[in-house]
Amino acid sequence: MKQVSSRPTRSRSAKQIPARVARRVAQEKKGALGAPRKKASPTSRSTSRTSSKNSGIAKEPTGIIGFDEITGGGLPRGRSTLLVGGPGSGKTIFAMQFLVNGARESEAGILVAFEESPDRLVANFKGFGWNLAGLRNSAITFVDAHPSSELVQTGDFDLEGMLAVLGAQIRRTGARRIVFDAIDIMLALLPDHAARRREIYRLHDWLLEHKLTALITAKGLGDESSATGKDSFGFMQFMVDCAVILSHRVILGVSQRNLRVQKYRGSSFSEDEAPFVIGAKGFDVAISRSLGRGDADVTVERVSSGVERLDTMLGGGYYRGASVLITGFPGTAKTTLSGAFAEAACRRGERTVFVSFDSDGTEVVRNLTSVGIRLNRFIRNGLLRMVSARTITGSAETLMVRIKAIARDQQARCLIIDPISTLSKAGNELTAHGVAERLIDWTKADGITLVCTSLLDEMASQANGGTPLQISTLADTWIHLNYLVQAGERNRGMSIVKSRGTAHSNQVRELILSDTGVTLADIYTAGGEVLMGTLRWEKESAEQVANEVAVVAGELKRVSLDAEEAVLEVRAKSLQTELAAKKVEKTLLSRTTESRDKALTRGRIRMGELRGADVAIKERK
Amino acid sequence: MSERRKPAFKLCLYIADHTPNSDEARSNLTALCARHLAGRHEIEIVDVLLHPERALQSGVLMTPTLIKLLPLPERRLVGTLGRTEAVMLALGIEALE
Repeated sequence: MKQVSSRPTRSRSAKQIPARVARRVAQEKKGALGAPRKKASPTSRSTSRTSSKNSGIAKEPTGIIGFDEITGGGLPRGRSTLLVGGPGSGKTIFAMQFLVNGARESEAGILVAFEESPDRLVANFKGFGWNLAGLRNSAITFVDAHPSSELVQTGDFDLEGMLAVLGAQIRRTGARRIVFDAIDIMLALLPDHAARRREIYRLHDWLLEHKLTALITAKGLGDESSATGKDSFGFMQFMVDCAVILSHRVILGVSQRNLRVQKYRGSSFSEDEAPFVIGAKGFDVAISRSLGRGDADVTVERVSSGVERLDTMLGGGYYRGASVLITGFPGTAKTTLSGAFAEAACRRGERTVFVSFDSDGTEVVRNLTSVGIRLNRFIRNGLLRMVSARTITGSAETLMVRIKAIARDQQARCLIIDPISTLSKAGNELTAHGVAERLIDWTKADGITLVCTSLLDEMASQANGGTPLQISTLADTWIHLNYLVQAGERNRGMSIVKSRGTAHSNQVRELILSDTGVTLADIYTAGGEVLMGTLRWEKESAEQVANEVAVVAGELKRVSLDAEEAVLEVRAKSLQTELAAKKVEKTLLSRTTESRDKALTRGRIRMGELRGADVAIKERK
Repeated sequence: MSERRKPAFKLCLYIADHTPNSDEARSNLTALCARHLAGRHEIEIVDVLLHPERALQSGVLMTPTLIKLLPLPERRLVGTLGRTEAVMLALGIEALE
């Protein structure tokens, strides 16, 4: 056995290993430079590998998204793990993924199949793209242990034969991972409880002796009471070093899968139930970002919202990587606003995914065309991918995993989910908030700008001021759309409820949809009145008319004053002329009088001279 | 004794060294054959600890396992072979009066 257990110390880095492992190895090297280096021994490598993970025992990564994070590295190396779950809870998939991942890291494994024949297993797992047939001969050995239906049981038996066979296989392949799939099938053949217990201990001792990382799956209902109670293999949960429970419940018709680590000797682990999904590539366990993980990179880069005025209101647009929430009642143009964002993103050449829960992608595109948002060309050149999520059924977790897969596939930089409130529909109330949280966490970590709309239920709307998902507290920017019903018409009002890290306008704007696009207009606020739509228009035009009238009136007045002035000026001129004439007349008059007087005087003198009178002259003087 | 000639029996017993179950099966089988198949059987005993490849080849994982190779069809019996009636029924051996 010595030669078997010493196999893992072979340098793995010499072979082709996944980047994840390479990174980890690099980190260790970095750590080793700082710390005083111990003398390398065959076991020091395995301990140093997990020392950075803050756990005492060595771990074997399963490659299952999320599970390795929950357990701080994977399954306990060289120890056994029990995987309990009900029918269809994903036990075999989990186990198979553990082996396949080992095979990818050049670690051979053995699968002992008690329930299904290896051929059937290989066929079943073709769908996950794991190519078991290719791995089968080299890295994963299948041992067919499913009892034939014709098997006659004639008394007590033991597993020595199986262990001898497996021992030979291990010597041949150097396997370090072993899976016993559905051990309960074999245990059921044993005649009594004592025999079952004996064989379990036999197996356990054998595993320890061979220092194999073992995964034993068994049927159970998932909760402790049923697993440890009447089931004869319940005591296995006490024996193994790690126990994982898979549960599969149906809540209001929606399937909810959960995974819980029940125990993990010598290691800390996340104790809560973690929802998981069996996706196209296997298990995907949902995890929130753990405390230890670094924060996502933030940027001050702005991306356009697709509406010019909105960009100015937000001081340049949304932040890249931000999560934007658009809330509003049905028909308040939430989809239009998100469509505008999609168009702007594609114009910038950014790959975008538009997930629509309400209507088909083609419908959305057609409807958006009516407001001048043309997405067709971007769909054609592949920048935009419309996903109609009406066709995706299942739990919030499933939706999240699918959306994630699509976004990764599209290498999306912008993601639109319309509306995200679908996540919290019946059967998902409990999980939806967590899903939304993880969605935002994931988009932030990946630097994806997320725009999601949310329907405000009339019931729950204003009372708590938030969406049922309580996503509003997580969102960076919250735009609220509302109706203002006035004078027999509805008008759309838009306001920015919050926008983190951005000076934003606190004014309500009127959102106007026209065939040329989406525009925002200032609403009419004067004298305490808030007017929108026709009323605003009426008021504005009335004001304009009044203004014009005033202008004209002023002009008229000026003209008439001009006229009066002119008249007066004319009058003044004629009077002056008259005056001048009078003056002339007067001068003339005085001159005539003078000359007449002179003439008279002259005449009198002459007459006097002629008459010879002198008295008269005295009288006159 | 029946007049008809019974076909020859070819049996193979897989055991794991001298574990209690294996020893029990061996003695049970020997006793049964001596009583009912005297002179017309052939038993091979394979110790899987010594020949695991043979166990793998024939898909024997539980010990002890008895395989009836002949007469056809092939039959597999798992366990100590303690339940004699079940064993005889499975092997197609008629009880002797």
